[in-house]
Amino acid sequence: MDVVVGQLLAGLSVGSVLLLAAVGMSLTFGQMGIINMAHGEFIMIGAYTVYMVQQFVSVAALSYVIAIPCAFLLAAAVGVLLEQGVLQFMYRRPLDTLLVTFGVSLILQQAARDIFGAPAVAINIPEFLSGHVSLLGAAIPVSRILIIVLAMVLVLLVSWLLKATQVGRRMRAVTVNRELAEVSGIPTRRTDRLTFALGSGLAGIAGVAITLIGSTTPTLGSNYIVYAFLVVVAGGLSSIWGAVIAAVALGIVQSAIAFGTTQSIATWVSFLLVVLFLQWRPQGIFSLKTRSLA
Amino acid sequence: MKKTMSAVIARRDRRVAGPGRSSWILFAALAMVLALAPMVLNQFNIGLLAKFLCYSMVAIGLGLLWGRGGVLSLGQGVFFGLGGYIMAMHMQLADASANGGSGVPEFMSLYGNGHVPGWWLPFRSGVVTLIAIPVVPMLVAWALGAAVFKRRVKGAYFSILSQALVAAFALLLIGAQTSTGGSNGLSDFTGFFGYVLNDPVNQRSLYYLVLIVVLVMLLATGLLMYSRFGEVLLAVRDTEERVRFLGYDPASIKTAAFVYAALLASIGGALFVPVAGIISPSDIGVTPSIIFLLGVALGGRSTFLGPVLGSLIVSIAQNSLSSAFPSFWSYLEGALFIVVIALLPGGVATLVPSIRRWRRRVSGAPGARGGSRASQTDAVPEASAGELVSR
Repeated sequence: MDVVVGQLLAGLSVGSVLLLAAVGMSLTFGQMGIINMAHGEFIMIGAYTVYMVQQFVSVAALSYVIAIPCAFLLAAAVGVLLEQGVLQFMYRRPLDTLLVTFGVSLILQQAARDIFGAPAVAINIPEFLSGHVSLLGAAIPVSRILIIVLAMVLVLLVSWLLKATQVGRRMRAVTVNRELAEVSGIPTRRTDRLTFALGSGLAGIAGVAITLIGSTTPTLGSNYIVYAFLVVVAGGLSSIWGAVIAAVALGIVQSAIAFGTTQSIATWVSFLLVVLFLQWRPQGIFSLKTRSLA
Repeated sequence: MKKTMSAVIARRDRRVAGPGRSSWILFAALAMVLALAPMVLNQFNIGLLAKFLCYSMVAIGLGLLWGRGGVLSLGQGVFFGLGGYIMAMHMQLADASANGGSGVPEFMSLYGNGHVPGWWLPFRSGVVTLIAIPVVPMLVAWALGAAVFKRRVKGAYFSILSQALVAAFALLLIGAQTSTGGSNGLSDFTGFFGYVLNDPVNQRSLYYLVLIVVLVMLLATGLLMYSRFGEVLLAVRDTEERVRFLGYDPASIKTAAFVYAALLASIGGALFVPVAGIISPSDIGVTPSIIFLLGVALGGRSTFLGPVLGSLIVSIAQNSLSSAFPSFWSYLEGALFIVVIALLPGGVATLVPSIRRWRRRVSGAPGARGGSRASQTDAVPEASAGELVSR
């Protein structure tokens, strides 16, 4: 029993990390149809924000509280810069944006290497996070629980934003039907910019969370990005809940298989599962009901 | 009546789309330069150039798949790696059995229990190896292509799946150190089908073998591009739905292009192993698989010679800059991706017709329209109608 609970919770925590990494991307992919390969580097920016904040704030817990909004703003700013500088001219060529953003990710990675050095930087983790709590007989690190909670809070916040605010309604309208939204007077270009800022900022927060469980290196983002892509693809475009289900499912499959075998076999199985799943539902878990052919 | 009509259409299409005389002159010049290169290069540089030519084989396949078919594969490293590892396994086994050896590659006794895994054994035979190099990657590409394209999964979805495939493949190779050499890969080869590898004469012959393969691939790809298949492929790229309504099956056409690109990548990988003397997961992972695309984009993704030229330029630049200025090269590489894809989506190759057009317009000569039409067929692959709708 405690093994099962432990595995489920481990899967949930892996899934939460994937979800944190993927949620911003699923917003931008859903609305603008572009895959941002630099998304992983926005996660890295968030992680290094913790390091930078800790240069000024020595209390670890306080530094994390300060780092979360800073990471959001910094990553969002870089995101807006990217969107305004390059991507806004390329919305008609979604596949090409994928390669352009890959170029951006190369540059950001190298910049991190030049500024902070290639080895991992030392980050102070608040002491109370390094303990374990036992839950139904399984010992779970507190940091993992915090990540699960953070992911849930962010998902609820984003879904509230999408449901209940004017900005969110505009985002959903543009996602469902851009032309119709435009003729209804919604400023689609400004909405795109906002969505991109929000998606990038969420990646920054994901980076803050990831410093708790892994080392902070310039290539940190690329470790998560492939799985985050799989989550987005399996989750479908229209709904953030698709991403939630896909992330948790992938997380549980990953940790359960890695428990019995190795990490590389777990990766293979997740890849095959996603391909097989797309055989059954090519548009992901939740899809928009439209009359378009594609 | 009907037949003559279609013959007329075919002839007109060929005039618009076929490679022009200047392309053939450029092809001949390229072949000549590459054939004469060993006269002026030292042995080390001949090896380097052969290595770059192996990379360019991947680029030629991508030119057809991505430039003409609009299918962006971020996973060509898988096929390059399959070809490379199959060849490397054969060469390891052959080296180990040569001169009364134990028949067990050295690294296996170093890391593992000194037994050759069962799935290595078929590659003891050179014939099996030479059959497996094209067949295995084509089967993998066909399986993925058929599964994905038939369900009309396309665009960025396919790109991401291909990237996940290459990430999983690299992880698998690294994880299985006792049977694949792990992250060190397979290296230290001495013989290649009975020939001693570090003999200068054999090195030069190997270079010419690689060169001939590249030229054959270029010709075959050129023929495919301007065949009926190539025209339907182009149509699939531009308006997939219309092609479907005309009665073609876009999925099989895209799968065929994917399988063809996989074949070229695999042969490139297989020849890369004797040339470079090593194959490791770092040659085939997520990043190198995307870097393959840079040369294709730079040279002109949908052109006849653009991919091979662009790929050679990128390889040469990387080789001369990345060791001396590693940081600068990373920035340059990133900037090249951004500038080429964003501002010059047709690649350098489209600069020539657009300059010519501009000069014609300036001089006010007639015939400027014809020139622009011809180049438009090869021009920027815009998002297909399907992609626009799905957004």
